Formats: sequence, C-alpha cells, structure tokens
Amino acid sequence: MTEIMILVPGRSSKQGTSLNKGKLKDEYLDVTSRVEMNMDDMQRLGLENGDKIRLSNDTGETVVTCSGKKATDLPSGMLFMAYGPPSSQLMDSDTAGSGMPLSKHFSVAIEKVT
Amino acid sequence: MSETAKENIKIVKHATCTFCGCVCDDMELTVDMDAHKITKAKNACVLGRAWFAEHVIEDRPAAMVDGKEVSIEEAVEEAAQTLVKARFPITYGLSDTTCEAQRQAVAITDIIHGTVDTTTSVCHGPSGLAFQGVGESTMTLGEVKNRADFIIYWGGNPAEAHPRHFTRYSVTPKGMFTPNGKKDRTVVLVDVRKTSTAPVADIVIRVKPGKDFELLWALRALVKGKKVADNIEAITGVSMDTLTDLVERMKNCRYGVFFFGMGLTMTRGRHFNSGALLALATDLNEFTHFVAKPVRGHGNVTGADNVVSWQTGYPFGVNFNLGYPRFNPGEFTTVDTLSRGDADAALIIASDPASNFPKAAIEHLHKIPVITLDTKETHTSKLAHVAFTTATYGINTGGTVYRMDDVPITLRPAFDSPFPTDEEILTAIRKRAHELMLAKSGLGAAGGGGTQKVAAPRKE
Ligand code: SF4
Repeated sequence: MTEIMILVPGRSSKQGTSLNKGKLKDEYLDVTSRVEMNMDDMQRLGLENGDKIRLSNDTGETVVTCSGKKATDLPSGMLFMAYGPPSSQLMDSDTAGSGMPLSKHFSVAIEKVT
Repeated sequence: MSETAKENIKIVKHATCTFCGCVCDDMELTVDMDAHKITKAKNACVLGRAWFAEHVIEDRPAAMVDGKEVSIEEAVEEAAQTLVKARFPITYGLSDTTCEAQRQAVAITDIIHGTVDTTTSVCHGPSGLAFQGVGESTMTLGEVKNRADFIIYWGGNPAEAHPRHFTRYSVTPKGMFTPNGKKDRTVVLVDVRKTSTAPVADIVIRVKPGKDFELLWALRALVKGKKVADNIEAITGVSMDTLTDLVERMKNCRYGVFFFGMGLTMTRGRHFNSGALLALATDLNEFTHFVAKPVRGHGNVTGADNVVSWQTGYPFGVNFNLGYPRFNPGEFTTVDTLSRGDADAALIIASDPASNFPKAAIEHLHKIPVITLDTKETHTSKLAHVAFTTATYGINTGGTVYRMDDVPITLRPAFDSPFPTDEEILTAIRKRAHELMLAKSGLGAAGGGGTQKVAAPRKE
C-alpha cells in the first residue's frame, strides 16, 4: 500500500509546551513524530491509531505514528504533523531564491511499516 | 520597582513572557528564590506557563569546546579564532534573545565580514520581501483592540501558537470603539484545515492547499468590481457566494485587519502570497480602513528584523564580504548558505537549525565548526565545536524585545542565573574578533587591548 498525500507541518500547543522541557527530551521527540490523518483515509488504508507509517519523498524519509482526525477537520489526502526533526527529513532545501524552503504542503508517499 | 520580597518567595509584577510574538507584559510571577524556579505565572497561557515553569538552572557547563568543559574566556577565544579564520562565516538565529544581544551579533558579523541572517528567513522572510514590493498598511495591536470590528486570520492557528492573541488584542477584549468585545467583532478564519482556531471564528473558509494566491487575487478583483472566472470554486475550493459575501463584509466594516501566518509564506508562492494579501489590504483602503500584520512566532523575532534593519539597512540575509552590507535572499539566507555548502563556520544564537532545517542544511552543519549560544541543550549545541550555556531572556535577564506589532517592551527578570547573558558572551567575542582582525591586517597586535578606534579593515 503506497499512496501520495499532502503533508502540512505546523505548530501545535503540545509541541510548544514540550519544547520548553527540552528538544532532546522524550516528550518533544514523541510529539514531533506523530502525524494526523483523516479517519476515512486511515480506514481505507487499513490503518489504526498508533500504527507506524513511513513518509517518504525525493528528499528523504521518516517513520511516524499516525492518529485519526475527523474528516470534517482534516480533508482527505492531507496529513498534519508538528514541526521537528522528523518533518525536516522530508523538506527540500531549494528556496527558489527566497531563503524559504517549502515547509508546508509537500507531497509524501505513505506506507505502513509492519 | 513592583517587586516585593517575602521570605524566599518573590513576586514579580508586570513581567513579560517572551515565548511567542504576543510578548504579554502582564505576567505576575511567583518565584521561589531558593529553588531558582518560577512556581506560578499568573495570566500566562498554556505555552507561557510551560515557558516559565520549565526554566530551571540547567546542570551544564557554561562553556564547552568539543564537548569538554572549559572556562568562558577559553571558549570566547576559540569562538573568535574560529570566526576570524573562516572565509564565509555565518551568523544565524537571534529571534529568542534581546535586541542588545542582536546588536552585538550584527557587529561581529560586520567585523568578520560574514553573513547575518535570522529565523525570519524561514518564517516571515517572504513577507519581508513583500513589504519591500507592495508596502504594508500597518497598526499596533492596541489599535486593533480599540478599533477593529472585522478580523481575518489567514493561514495561521493562533489558538495553538499564540493563545492569548484573541483575549488580549483581537477578539474578546473590550476597547474604546469595541465596548462589547467579541459581540462588536466578526472573525473570519481562512485555512486549509479546520484548526483549533475555528471555534473562535464566525466564518470559516477552507481553501484548497496551495491556492491562497488565487483566492486572494479573486478577492482583489471582486473588491475592484471586476469579474471573476466561474470556475473559481473548482480552483480554490471557495464558492462565489462566500467570496462575494466576504468582499461585502470587508468593504463595509469600520476597521478591518488581516493577521496572516506561515500558511502563506511557507507554501508555494511564498512572497507572492503575502504580497497579494498586502495588496488586498491596500485596495480595501479605498472603501474603509484596512490593515495587515504577520503573526510572528518567536518572542523577539520582530526585534531581530528591527535591529538587523537599523544596523544594516536590510531585515535578514545580509552579507558583509565586501565590507558593506548587501541583501540577497536565496544567496545569503541560511538554508541556502548551508545546503549549498558555502558556510565554513557558523555562529548560532538561540536557535536550533540542526533540528528543523532541511536535511541538506543539517548535513552541512555537521561538517563545519559551529558556535552555539543557548539556554538548553539542543540538536545544534550537541554538534557544536564551541557551546555556551546562557541565561534566559526575560526570566534571568533584562533587555528589550519587540512585540509582533513592532512595539518595544522592556523586560523585567525574575531571578539571577549563574550563566552569562547572550549579550555578555557576544560582546566578548566581538572585542576579541576585532583585535584578531586588526592583527590580521597588520593594524594591531593580536592579544592587544582592542581599544583602537578604527574600523575593521577589509578582508583581501
Ligand atoms: S500568548 Fe505568547 S507571550 Fe502571551 S503568555 Fe502565551 S506564550 Fe506567552
């Protein structure tokens, strides 16, 4: 099972509170390695809360834990995760002459890790 | 001084939280002076409470070279030598320290003919470019509180990133011309997903990912009375009815505000997206008063823009290789200088690029000597050649920070730290780097007093 989805990394309050404890602490590492997915997509792909999935693109790959979001909150085909070392693995360094790498809305292939 | 001492508990009134760009300056901190800990932060939000509660005195050396503890003087010497030896040294970070420290960092970069850039380049840098292209109709948050009756949050989620933005400035506070608070305001949210900001909004508009520019351009056309293609809903995900309703509301409000986030700057289109929104705000001034403001993340990222601008003339991505400042995003911005492999030494202040930069940039950081100043251990400090542990701004040090609306605020520290401030370390590095540069050009002796009042000479 491989499918292409759009990844939207962003801030979350849990990421904000845990980074105060320390970026090398377990809580921050845990918060930044979770990805939210539309529940209907999860069902279709045979995924359950807590399953590990591999996100990959031309830049790199990372393994994260998925959790479901209501279809009314997160559209089908979209993933959300808190910024952190795992999302960096997928970020291309090309800034198109602006200084800003594309840090949101990039395509990733998802695949269940068994 | 609004501080009272009672046994070992100190109350600090009107303290400032510097965790996010809201820079709330109405904190009341209860400090256990024996434990060097803030036990209560009245008025703080969930992020602010974590910011204050988690700042304890770290059990770490104040200075390390290659992971071994050294004296601060030795570390300053090593840092200055490293920077002066480098051919393309970069200075980066700066959004979580005081303006006073930022000044020193710009001065160091000037002396060593390096490149200075701040976290702005990976946050609202594109908005900075858009300001230069289209201009900015701006305001202070106090004006918003007192006057604004129509608020649009675009591509941002303040409920999680700036929790008190609503209650202090833009949604619920009662102001001079908004005596009924929330009842006097209409709040709109434009985003690609339903975030936790949605419950605050009266109108939620979901735009298709990557279609913000198209949506903004359609709104501009409608504001100007021009026709918009019938397939606009298929393109943007937003119906024509929603668009025309929004346009009517924008034109007929008394004082409208756009608060825009990184949903615009970090996505395809970047400065074109921010520019389209700024242009729409300008267009709306034909009908009513309309302003736009980026919602800024780190506590003093706005100060970084201000300090780098007033010292060099440009907001970020500034290079001194030729002895005078040149601005070129894409060339002198840090993701580029690192991922292209240009930088051969890095001075990183209060930032953790090794955690959140693109992979290629992080890989290059592992190959070059890095100097870090940070309050805690980070991915970047772990790979650093020279690592300083410094005091936390706003908690252990005074100084100045700029709120996201460019209003400067003076910090009121809660308790002392055994660690030096960023400003102290950077001042020491600046003085030593100056001496070394003079010696290198034959104008002074290395190890001399560093008191010569001459400008640093140009590098060959
Ligand atoms: S809104 Fe921001 S500045 Fe205000 S208390 Fe919360 S984290 Fe601190």
